[in-house]
Amino acid sequence: MSQATIDAETRPDPLGVGADHPDYLRADSGLRSWLLTKDHKRIAIMFYVGVILFLGLGGIFALVLRTELLTPEQTFIDANTYNQMFTLHGITMVWLFMIPAIPTVFGNFVLPIMLGAKDLAFPRINLASFYVYVLSAIILLGAMVAGGADTGWTFYVPYSTTSPTAVTWMGIGIFVNGISSIMTSVNFIVTTHTMRAKGLSWHRMPLFVWASYATSIIILFATPVLGMSLVLLALDHAFGLSLFNPRYGGDPVLFQHLFWFYSHPAVYIMILPSFGVISEVVCSFSHNQPASYRAIAYSSLGIAFIGFFTWGHHMFVAGLSEFDAGVFGALSMFVAIFSAIKVFTWVATLRGGSISFATPMLYFLWFLFLFVFGGMTGVAVATQSLDVHWHDTYFVVAHFHFIMVGGTLTAFLAAAHYWFPKMFGRLYDERVGLLTSVAVFIGFVFTFLPQFLLGNGGMPRRYFTYPARYQWLNVLSTGGAWLLGAGLILALGNLVIALKWGKRAGPNPWGSRSFEWITASPPSKHNFEETPEIERSAYEYTLSEEVARERAKAR
Amino acid sequence: MNELLRTILFLPRQASTIAEEIDKLHYFVIIMTMGGALLVTLIGGYFLFRYRRTAVQKDPSRRMPGTTPAIWLEVVVVIGLFGMFLVWWVIGFRQFMDIRVPPENALEIYVTGKQWMWKFAYPEGANSIATLYVPAGRPVKLILTSRDVIHSFFVPDFRLKEDVVPGRLTTLWFEAKEPGRHDILCTEYCGVSHSTMRGEVIALAPDEYERWLQGKSPAPAIAGPVDLRPSPVTEYAPAELVNMVRQGERAAAEHGCLRCHTLDGTPHLGPTWAGLYGTTVPLENGGSVKVDEAYITESMMDPLVRIHVGYQRIMPSYLGQIRPAETSAIIELMKSLRDVRPKPGASAPWGTVTVPETREGGQ
Amino acid sequence: MSAQRLVEQFESLEKQDHAARLAMWMFLGSETLLFGALFAAYAYYRGMYPSEFVQALHHNSVALGTTNTVVLITSSFTVALGVHFVREGRARLTAGLFALSTLFGAVFLVVKGIEYSHHIHENALPAGMYAFAERPPAGVVLGFTLYWFMTALHGLHVIAGMIMLAVVGLLCWKGRYGVHRNVAVENVGLYWHLVDVVWIFLWPLFYLTD
Repeated sequence: MSQATIDAETRPDPLGVGADHPDYLRADSGLRSWLLTKDHKRIAIMFYVGVILFLGLGGIFALVLRTELLTPEQTFIDANTYNQMFTLHGITMVWLFMIPAIPTVFGNFVLPIMLGAKDLAFPRINLASFYVYVLSAIILLGAMVAGGADTGWTFYVPYSTTSPTAVTWMGIGIFVNGISSIMTSVNFIVTTHTMRAKGLSWHRMPLFVWASYATSIIILFATPVLGMSLVLLALDHAFGLSLFNPRYGGDPVLFQHLFWFYSHPAVYIMILPSFGVISEVVCSFSHNQPASYRAIAYSSLGIAFIGFFTWGHHMFVAGLSEFDAGVFGALSMFVAIFSAIKVFTWVATLRGGSISFATPMLYFLWFLFLFVFGGMTGVAVATQSLDVHWHDTYFVVAHFHFIMVGGTLTAFLAAAHYWFPKMFGRLYDERVGLLTSVAVFIGFVFTFLPQFLLGNGGMPRRYFTYPARYQWLNVLSTGGAWLLGAGLILALGNLVIALKWGKRAGPNPWGSRSFEWITASPPSKHNFEETPEIERSAYEYTLSEEVARERAKAR
Repeated sequence: MNELLRTILFLPRQASTIAEEIDKLHYFVIIMTMGGALLVTLIGGYFLFRYRRTAVQKDPSRRMPGTTPAIWLEVVVVIGLFGMFLVWWVIGFRQFMDIRVPPENALEIYVTGKQWMWKFAYPEGANSIATLYVPAGRPVKLILTSRDVIHSFFVPDFRLKEDVVPGRLTTLWFEAKEPGRHDILCTEYCGVSHSTMRGEVIALAPDEYERWLQGKSPAPAIAGPVDLRPSPVTEYAPAELVNMVRQGERAAAEHGCLRCHTLDGTPHLGPTWAGLYGTTVPLENGGSVKVDEAYITESMMDPLVRIHVGYQRIMPSYLGQIRPAETSAIIELMKSLRDVRPKPGASAPWGTVTVPETREGGQ
Repeated sequence: MSAQRLVEQFESLEKQDHAARLAMWMFLGSETLLFGALFAAYAYYRGMYPSEFVQALHHNSVALGTTNTVVLITSSFTVALGVHFVREGRARLTAGLFALSTLFGAVFLVVKGIEYSHHIHENALPAGMYAFAERPPAGVVLGFTLYWFMTALHGLHVIAGMIMLAVVGLLCWKGRYGVHRNVAVENVGLYWHLVDVVWIFLWPLFYLTD
């Protein structure tokens, strides 16, 4: 049974659109049907497995690091291993988890459905993107085994060109990873432009689509610059190309410019999709339309644009001229304004809603605190005179973990719980979900709040040993990290158990009005057998459900 | 208040003249940050509670679907926030300028970073490893460079840090308020022993400093927290106290500089060094440049970039051949010659060309 | 024929072709930034070492560079004609024009190869290749390095473009493309134009500004 028009008054199909077709998990069987699938939902599931594996790997690296830092001198690994660990932690988390996580898993899964489409515009490119990701992961894992890297994820020259580790292959692996990101983002942009269902104008789209769109634009224009700098680095390491080598007149600081031209926007690549998730979660659970749709939608584009012009704030003490530093500092504050607009709009959306409370909403509350604190410390480190003290200390480490873990990982968990019923057709255990969420939050705060103080105290990052006065804060932080790790494993366990033993969810357990909830849970292979015509926005909550039902009856 | 906040925030001692001022901005920024995050979260939490489903079902008047908040409120909040950020920026930028622009009378010390130690060279000839002796109450300007990879010179007690980049000179200045000892940490990852690349600044009373400089009083005992780590070489080793100017002469002779440059104003293939430092010289492709550390270093490493009018493009690059310490010594030598007048009989200190007004520009 | 080629996720052929074209433009935008990083490096170092760059560029022959420019512009013209003819249904003519363009690409590479051999002969090498040779001054080496790397990367793009032109030209010959089905031909044409445009930026930077 398919539904031709979706407007404000249509009563949703009780079983969900496409419930009379086999769902995507059962439509085909056999390993081959998975590995060669062109279905965006199955590709999303494969990415899901991939990114969770690398979250685990990066997490193990992190715990090794934190455990080593329990004592001021060597605890259980040597300096070389330690330097390898923080580098591999960064590389794994940034390129194999953070950047792909939300877009390739949840973006892949829900974006076409949100647009009323049967698939992404280029399913084969989508599948290729997955395999390119796998290839990059193999190259990176291979490089980790064959020498690793001890340069830090930033690969600053000239150290990285002289490091005896497998820097060349790391560079190549990240380059390949970038190709995968670009493939996905071309797919998202084109899909958003050409595959919106009839009647679904830009301002009716779910906000998650806007966020994914803005992210894709950044990926498209920033990634090649990183790719190029890493190719130059790899060639230097392998053949002595020396474009940044002072011995040939090169300037190591140019590498930093090129690197941060990508890697600062990369921060927005990592955080913008989570803004999209949060917008969906807030609206769905408060059963309210966003306080200002346009503010949220356009601020994503604003961040994407201004984000390209702030990279210099990573280089205040690297010999940047005072004038440049001033300009970069001021522009960085602009970006914060766009983020602030989003935060205010989310909070205002709660007002006047009818809020049902579930695990994703609790993650939203954590997100609110962690992201606002992390974001404002971001403005703090963009304040030049303060940055001189904080630069490359644990303050910066704490700041970006508040954004990356407190923001992105929290949003990833919110999304994992929020879309779980849609992806697998079952409900996870709500009480366990809430408890693990609290554990994750407390673990997080204990891990990273002390690191702000460590940074204030002047403890530099990437230190294997440290002056004894920093020890008690490091012990707190390590304890928090173990709790965070345990919380994450329990949260994941809760979801895995629900895969088999969870209650059946029904198409729309949260009472959301966004379009993906119209389909059956899990959706059928083609999402919509017949492309629907969409005559309302994704946040049409003004007609209360009762009124809508009565009107439908009267007709 | 200052002490209380400093302790709560785990900030180190305020040992430089600018530290306290920076910390004040720090308190302001951190309190606003913490307050802002808490405020937003509390409002969010309050809304979550007030508009929870069960309450709304009991009292449907609370439900206001689709109400947009008063737009003026949003505008005011956003403008207010931006205003606050601008205040941070203005104060931060002004302090940044103070941090970056050294006073004229600052004492200059050359710092070289290498894996994994700090080396300090004084114009008077003393040098030391890992321990930087400075006079308290007097501005000190460090001229930093690296022999291998990028390092970063960080003194938490001073709230100061600057990257140390190979092939470049960077500067950093500070004034220690009173005698005491302070950690130096390297904050740019530089390889396996990065975390042991530490050192110490020892600020001495001015007279103590003078005595130390003359090699009379090695490593005076200074009160202050001592970090009991297995220390690298922290001993002061006055092997040979050679004035940096003498070192410069030696280096200039060794590297063949004196085959083209003279020290007494006699015209030769290259510009004489007599009276050169601090002047402004005209350039071959138009424009002019002040002869300072930056230009001298550039001319050694990369001579053809900016050529003094009237000289041939014959100078080779010394990049990779001359040690940073020698570079510093040669600069000191040139400084010492700034007041040398040309020998009687020599046509002009500039060699074969006559240079208009700019000649007297510097000194 | 045309109904078959509509893949299931699209409603109409127009949308499908629009999507393919848009994707190509996005990809080209991304490629531009790839070279953009190198142009930025060029600008940065040229600002630092103006005279050394001039010295490095003296090794380049304006005649050979300009020949290559003419060759590439001509090939772009033949590609554009090819795209025009396939829209009119004269796919075999397109095949011929694409073959000609591929040939121009080959001519370009041969001329480039001649230049490279001159440079090797003159010891104008990228950094890292001076193991047994005397090294020129610092900034000059940077100029060589950028020259070699940027033109070699462009050369790789020429080779990729030639392969695409050859494959699409062959398919045109076999009758795969015509009035209603030509978006692939168009996209390959666009790619070739990008290759051309990049060269048009490289040409003044490395041949005309010494």
